[in-house]
Amino acid sequence: MDTKRCVFVGVGGQGNLLASRLLGEAALAAGIPAVVSEIHGMAQRGGVVESAVLMGDVTSPIVSNAEADVLVGFEPLETLRTIGKCNKDTLVITNVQPLPPFTVSIGQGAYPAVDGVLDLISKKVGKVISLRGNDLAEEAGNPLSLNMVMLGALIGSGAVGISAEGMKETISTSTKKAFLESNLKAFDAGMNSAK
Amino acid sequence: MHKLLTDSPGKEMLLLGNEAVARGALEAGVSFATCYPGTPSSEVPEQFFRISQETDLYFEYSTNEKVALEVGAGAASCGLRTMVTMKHVGMNVAADPLMTLAYVGVKGGMVILNADDPFMFSSQNEQDNRYYARLSGMPMLEPTNTQEMKDMTIAAFELSEELGLPVILRTTTRLNHVRGAVKLGELKPIQTKGEFQKSPFQFVTVPAVSRNLHKVLLEKYEKASAKSEAWPENRVAGSGSWGIVANGVSVNYVRDAIQDLGIGDKVSFLQIGWSWPLPKTRITEFLKSVEKVLVVEELEPVMETDIKAIAQDNAITIPIKGKGVGGLSRLYEYDPRMVREAVAEYFGVSHQEKGQVDLSDLPQLPGRPPNLCAGCPHRATYYAVKKVYGPDAIHPTDIGCYTLGLLPPISMADWLICMGSSVSSSCGFSKASDQKVVSFIGDSTFFHSGITGLVNAVHNNHKFTLVILDNGTTAMTGHQPHPGVNTDPMGVELTRLSIEDVVRGCGVKDVHVVKPFKLNKTIEAIQASKDYDGISVVISEELCPLFARATGQMRKTKPFRVNHDKCKDHRDCINLLACPAMYLWEEKVNIDKNLCIGCAVCAQVCPENAIVPVKD
Repeated sequence: MDTKRCVFVGVGGQGNLLASRLLGEAALAAGIPAVVSEIHGMAQRGGVVESAVLMGDVTSPIVSNAEADVLVGFEPLETLRTIGKCNKDTLVITNVQPLPPFTVSIGQGAYPAVDGVLDLISKKVGKVISLRGNDLAEEAGNPLSLNMVMLGALIGSGAVGISAEGMKETISTSTKKAFLESNLKAFDAGMNSAK
Repeated sequence: MHKLLTDSPGKEMLLLGNEAVARGALEAGVSFATCYPGTPSSEVPEQFFRISQETDLYFEYSTNEKVALEVGAGAASCGLRTMVTMKHVGMNVAADPLMTLAYVGVKGGMVILNADDPFMFSSQNEQDNRYYARLSGMPMLEPTNTQEMKDMTIAAFELSEELGLPVILRTTTRLNHVRGAVKLGELKPIQTKGEFQKSPFQFVTVPAVSRNLHKVLLEKYEKASAKSEAWPENRVAGSGSWGIVANGVSVNYVRDAIQDLGIGDKVSFLQIGWSWPLPKTRITEFLKSVEKVLVVEELEPVMETDIKAIAQDNAITIPIKGKGVGGLSRLYEYDPRMVREAVAEYFGVSHQEKGQVDLSDLPQLPGRPPNLCAGCPHRATYYAVKKVYGPDAIHPTDIGCYTLGLLPPISMADWLICMGSSVSSSCGFSKASDQKVVSFIGDSTFFHSGITGLVNAVHNNHKFTLVILDNGTTAMTGHQPHPGVNTDPMGVELTRLSIEDVVRGCGVKDVHVVKPFKLNKTIEAIQASKDYDGISVVISEELCPLFARATGQMRKTKPFRVNHDKCKDHRDCINLLACPAMYLWEEKVNIDKNLCIGCAVCAQVCPENAIVPVKD
């Protein structure tokens, strides 16, 4: 079985830990061995949150530099910051809508132009799928469903061997009922934008 | 029903490593569990806390790790299967009972979950607690994946009962916080009561008793050594002449490296799952079967040193190396590529690595350090203290969310080594210098190990101000209760201790209780404490907004906005408070109404009164 190493990166509160856990659960349901790696604790307080899902014949729980098959970035600056995980063949799926870090507001550095960020990423990796994730989440009826949009884009890209049906089944059983409709809508929106 | 109570043997679930440990304990019939929370161990007791509300399991968040271990030791002495969980530095706190509990032993199986944190994702050091097994004489098991987290927990209980000795289950962050498939076994019934049988010449460690108990411990060690030889998780894969030894999470990196390098037929791979006492005969046989050995272990060269000693004992002269090969060092955590490259280098395997992307043309990226949350009351307290003391006072700090006060623009953390060090070190700082000292400690940390330092400060006539940041919960580790918490909203009725009463009971005369969102009154109280000639304590009370929201205790308040007609762009709000709800848009300060909780601190700081509640 092919191995797939997916790295998720986002900002605390964007929900990338839920996205990586759902991908792991969907893999398990599909009979694909998976390990999901998370970081909890101090790193989560508004800082960068990275998680990883490794599928197939691999038991190491982390992805080394240059070894990600897919990088899913929930925030463009963080996607760029994590580019070291990529190689020339990596598929990068990134939200293009910035969430400027607080350091920018107090004058410690400037947020780079998003177009420039995307150009830089495109030059270094195999393929980039970019989407206005927050807008899609908002249109789906829940601004907090960015993680479903990104998960949808990942499944829509066909880069991991998980079907849309399987992923939706996992979303249905493992996320809160109150958000299910908007979650599925957001998932579809992400999927369509990646096809 | 809690998912870990799923009674379907054979079913596979995707579990977090720490959930797998809790499940393993339930399958072993754990009846009694205690802890002080600490990343990366906290999710184990989090499961017990919830499960104890549905079953007969007794669980408590104890005041600190020493207390947790002693409470657990009492239960295990009555014959109950007991688990005590802690992070690696928590074991330092518990080290005193740990060392002599090994002499006294236990009746019911007792497993101590220890979570090391290589790379220090959430810790002040990356000490290697494998030394504690060697120091105490307690056996140590080390799982390598989520399934083993569960299975070895069960084995550890059985082993503990058999030896009459607590067993340490050692994990690391990359095992605690990894999710993997776990095949469930059968749940065992919970035993609610045991019975203590008196045997003072076994349990009361006066010198004459302990001289005998040390002998007993060494006998148990011999028995454990013999068992370790036959332990199935100390296993060899392959039969080649290149030897590799690994433990814990590194086993996965080695396994993947062997596969990626295609050297399965050349390697003998010894996995050490029972890491103390080491299976010496097994290791000797292994050393005799190979031509050279690479030891892959994170942190200290513990096994490497022991294996070299075993080789010396047996006149085996093959090369044995670990630290220093490739990128294998005593620092931080390992990763798959690092291990693969080290294996390839040591055994001379040619291999092609994926090229790294060129990072030389990346612009300087603005940092995104963790930050106090929007509406965090610590921010207001820090602001008030700085207003009174300016930038020059010394601020010994402590362990919790408020340690983030280290970062600019708050910059009010000057010294920190461990839980409780804020209070005691302030005694030294204030005596040894003429600088003003204002130290900070959280509510949970105060109960954990701040009280003894405060008693010391009172007794020895020290002069400084201690600020107790009381946000009504143990926030950093995920909102666990502590003795000062109102636990009613969490569904348990526990007795709440008043921090003010404790402080006064310690003999502190100058005590101020403030609500930090009322800035002027808080500043007045801090000024009064500055003017007091002696030890002052300021208790700053305001619930952690995340905890308040999660437990339905959030006050309904309107978010705030900036009135740009009045704003003269001083930016005191954004520059002094650093609240993440604020951002600059077209060079003007704005407030994100979805993040703002309406604490109104910025509105009190604004010199133009330009920050006002959002209108409906």
